[in-house]
Amino acid sequence: MIKSLHKRKSELANSNKQVEFLSNGIFKGGELATFNTKIAETNQFPLRPKKLEILQINLGYMCNQVCEHCHVDAGPDRKEIMTKETMLHCLDVIKTTNAHTLDLTGGAPEMNPNFRWFVDEASKAGIKDFIVRSNLTILRANKKYYDLPEFFKNHNIHVISSMPHWTKGKTDKQRGSGVFDKSIKALEELNAIGYGMPNSSLKLDLVYNPSGAFLPGNQVALEKDFKKALHDDFGIQFHNLFAITNLPISRFLDYLIASENYEDYMYALVEAYNPEAVKNVMCTNTISVSWDGFLYDCDFNQMLELPVSSKVKHISEYNEEQLQERTIITSQHCYGCTAGAGSSCQGNIIPA
Amino acid sequence: MQKTYYDPADLKKFGKISEWNEELGSKFFEYYNSVFMEGNLSEREKSLIALAVSHTIQCPYCIDAYTGDGLQRGITKEEMMEALHVAAAIRGGASLVHGVQMMNKVNKLEM
Ligand code: SF4
Ligand code: SF4
Repeated sequence: MIKSLHKRKSELANSNKQVEFLSNGIFKGGELATFNTKIAETNQFPLRPKKLEILQINLGYMCNQVCEHCHVDAGPDRKEIMTKETMLHCLDVIKTTNAHTLDLTGGAPEMNPNFRWFVDEASKAGIKDFIVRSNLTILRANKKYYDLPEFFKNHNIHVISSMPHWTKGKTDKQRGSGVFDKSIKALEELNAIGYGMPNSSLKLDLVYNPSGAFLPGNQVALEKDFKKALHDDFGIQFHNLFAITNLPISRFLDYLIASENYEDYMYALVEAYNPEAVKNVMCTNTISVSWDGFLYDCDFNQMLELPVSSKVKHISEYNEEQLQERTIITSQHCYGCTAGAGSSCQGNIIPA
Repeated sequence: MQKTYYDPADLKKFGKISEWNEELGSKFFEYYNSVFMEGNLSEREKSLIALAVSHTIQCPYCIDAYTGDGLQRGITKEEMMEALHVAAAIRGGASLVHGVQMMNKVNKLEM
């Protein structure tokens, strides 16, 4: 198992270093336009929030996996976990927010010791779409997690899970050996209780991100291939596939630099820049809350430690109206959200 | 003078071909794009054919383009290599099948 950048004491574990790196080199001398210059061409700078739709809460950076591309730099060695006190602040917000979607992420959110209590409480608020991002293997990692599919079902949780490929080779290469078999087992169990079945209201979506320095292909075509292969090989079914572009931050940035793909990848992102996608990037309808309760424009800005540009900085002082007044902090990593059909935690920004 | 005949950056300039002959250039690219659209063959199958042909004609631009295209479509390296062997088998077979001509000639001339 590889170690997190934090554990390795890598220079890139420092988010300032990442921001600095992304502002230098090809973006310094004007070889490539900075993101802010680029969006200014179509009068979209600075980005501003629209109606808040999604509240995304990161329950901690601890994870049972250490995927090579992870933008969270998550792993078993990360100890940052949301406390019950911060969760109580979150619950206050969940009860009053105008957002229709609550999205729990991590790390592996299930590893937070108060995960079940929090889901219990949060589901009482009657949020329309309650998402848990599960990496699948956690459902098979330890006996204490085996009943999680049932727990999800009882709370009508919308499960979104990562699956980089329909073959074992490609999946295990990105996510670690044995991940594919465990993920298949977890998907079979979710299917068995109704998740992902054609007319089922128990939503099961998969997230695909490329296992390397290339952009995702057409989401519709990939969904078709995933569905066919998983069904033919294992009888597995799911609802939607979200094709997500890897953003050049954290471990993926480290990989790009080490494999000497960084410049070509940034060129590919800039070349695929689509001003139409800018209009609906994720940060325009999302607020991201970190494990320690601070507020960010998105999960990526959270990892780069670029907090919201607002007087309201923490969940304990949350004020939706005031937050809506802010401008969004953008930089070169944002090119990952605006390539081609655009990319967000819900997949393509521009529907096919 | 430029030091190499091939520059990877030139691939991105392919579209510029039209600048010196707009009519034929546009016709070519229109045709090209139509060819790769989903038809009786899927886009995925066409991408693999393109990759195999790229190796037959040994075009570095095409190899670069269709390896990347394949990865984006989720085509595995095993599938890519199999496609290449089809190209290699036809190429090798094309040489070898002419051996029949050689044998005919030898049989005719030798006592
Ligand atoms: S499962 Fe998700 S959070 Fe965990 S290491 Fe992999 S990408 Fe990161
Ligand atoms: S990285 Fe975050 S801030 Fe930048 S465009 Fe994407 S969602 Fe918005």
